[in-house]
Amino acid sequence: MREGDGVDGGLRLDLNWLDYVLLTLYFVTVLGVGFAARRAIRTSVDFFLSGRSLPAWVTGLAFVSANLGALEIIGMAANGAQYGIMTTHYYWVGAVPAMVFLGIVMMPFYYGSKVRSVPEYLRLRFNRPTHLLNALSFAVAQVLIAGVNLYALALVLDALLGWPLWISIIAGAAIVLTYISIGGLTSAIYNEVLQFFVILAGLIPITVIGLVKVGGINGLFDKVRDSDLGEAGLHAWANTGSSDNPLGAHWLGIVFGLGFVLSFGYWTTNFAEVQRALSARNMSAARRTPLIAAYPKLFIPLVTIIPGMIAVVTVQGLGADEGDLVYNNAIPLLMRDLLPNGVLGIAVTGLMASFMAGMAANVSGFNTVFTYDIWQTYVRKERSDEYYIRVGRIATVGGIVVGIGTAFIAAGFSNIMNYIQALFSVFNAPLFATFIVGMFWKRMTAAAGFWSLLSGTVVALATYLLYLGGALPFDTDLEESFWGAGLAFVTVLVAAFVISKFTAPKPENELRGLVRGLGGIDLKGDVVAGDAAWYRSPLLLGGIALALSLLFYIPVW
Amino acid sequence: MSDEDLLSDNEEERRSAAARMFDIRRVIGGLFVVYGVIVTLVGAFDGSAAIDKAQGVRINLWAGLAMLTVGLLFLLWQWLSPADAPEPTGSSGEDVENGGGDASVR
Repeated sequence: MREGDGVDGGLRLDLNWLDYVLLTLYFVTVLGVGFAARRAIRTSVDFFLSGRSLPAWVTGLAFVSANLGALEIIGMAANGAQYGIMTTHYYWVGAVPAMVFLGIVMMPFYYGSKVRSVPEYLRLRFNRPTHLLNALSFAVAQVLIAGVNLYALALVLDALLGWPLWISIIAGAAIVLTYISIGGLTSAIYNEVLQFFVILAGLIPITVIGLVKVGGINGLFDKVRDSDLGEAGLHAWANTGSSDNPLGAHWLGIVFGLGFVLSFGYWTTNFAEVQRALSARNMSAARRTPLIAAYPKLFIPLVTIIPGMIAVVTVQGLGADEGDLVYNNAIPLLMRDLLPNGVLGIAVTGLMASFMAGMAANVSGFNTVFTYDIWQTYVRKERSDEYYIRVGRIATVGGIVVGIGTAFIAAGFSNIMNYIQALFSVFNAPLFATFIVGMFWKRMTAAAGFWSLLSGTVVALATYLLYLGGALPFDTDLEESFWGAGLAFVTVLVAAFVISKFTAPKPENELRGLVRGLGGIDLKGDVVAGDAAWYRSPLLLGGIALALSLLFYIPVW
Repeated sequence: MSDEDLLSDNEEERRSAAARMFDIRRVIGGLFVVYGVIVTLVGAFDGSAAIDKAQGVRINLWAGLAMLTVGLLFLLWQWLSPADAPEPTGSSGEDVENGGGDASVR
């Protein structure tokens, strides 16, 4: 059996000089983009928001790529192997509706109010304490997650190529540092677009050869039926009336927990994502950014979940608790077993690109929030624009150095990625609840903004800590995050309502352009030729994306 | 910085980068053409070991040709419709072109 070939070498891939040439070419290009982007930087808005000048297809692909990090590819293939088709919920319920909502409903407020970051919106809509709370928690979370991405990259390179952990961590950090501190957001975004295509070029051959091996999609489904996963692994919604399904989730939990609170929290208020849309060149392009991103997102399961399922039926013993055969190694195992030199080099490049895409998104989000929302707002006001570009570059270095530190801390934990993901979703849910009330209810007061965000975060955190401490008996991490997010959401709604009743609202003229129903947003004022074309209508683009996400469920109901 | 400053500053700064921006399509096109050529050549000379490993598919050949096609399409796209942001014709004409090209830049 071919599967046995790699046993003695573990996961080690047999790269030759040619694969290294392909890898090197990529990194030369990435750094070249960084240096070329430097020429375009004259103002801080150029550095942090690409001068708000990018076309929608660029920001849209960057939007999807910023999410196509390590956790996404490795993690979703692992979920595909473990839970089967139900993993599509993370895409079709758990991403596309939120992206459509962001583009159609929320983007006019973000882009129209000319804010430079998500925390800045909170400052205009509520007050400075709310702003500072969110800016600080975002900055800390981004640095932590950048560290986890870095550590995950090092782990994979250690397993696949035999590079020592510390070399990978420092080399990965140095490359991201170089291209972001030199070229700013333009460099990050352009590289994300490039990464998107390279990642696909690496994943598609794995999927194609894998499908050939198992006899096409029908052969795959037959083999999954005969595997431990069984028939249940081939259905998305079957048996979700109870928790008797691979994911152990009720349909209510899937729709409201994953599809609403967690997903809307992540996609609509996470600045590492929203920043890509804010760099678009006009309102129309900003609104289309998440909508264009929704289309690749619809199809990405084909190159993550399908390979995961192929791995579970072709790699004997996949699903071990530890060692080389853990679910997380589904994609690396397929690369080892199926790819000859050449496409193997492309696939390794794509994998490394995806780690860097995730980390670059965190770092570029961090340096913007640190510079605009913390340094410029609370520490050193009224300095020259050049001063803030310099602060941004120093913040990039600082963020990455701290990220390296957290990467080594992460190395001390066995399961840190789950924890960070849970913590992050816990921070996002109360933030989203605060946003949604603040955007739609003009009576919500500044004090209510601060206290509801704080109380929601505390409730979510408490739920999580009580679960860790064993006081709350949830079955899985996933169930905990559904409940934690849901409780936080309700807490924010209640706190916002009660506190608003007892405090004075902001005058309406201060809320124009920030709250629905008060006017002040010009959707058409900055249109360029061609934006009026029917196929650029946000409603149409969003509607088709939603329809497709429903249609795609039909064959795998 | 007060909120009023923030608004007016942004309006002035808008698009100042656009005219100087290089085109990412050229970068994607260039890298994929190079990748495509290399991998296609590898595929053309693949031995039976490589083909057997890939389940009998000449994957290097096909992937190489596909990447070459994608790269050429990007270059073609850029050639047929050069930067549709304000034309990068030099810094002196930026404002005029913005005003002319975009019906109403606020």
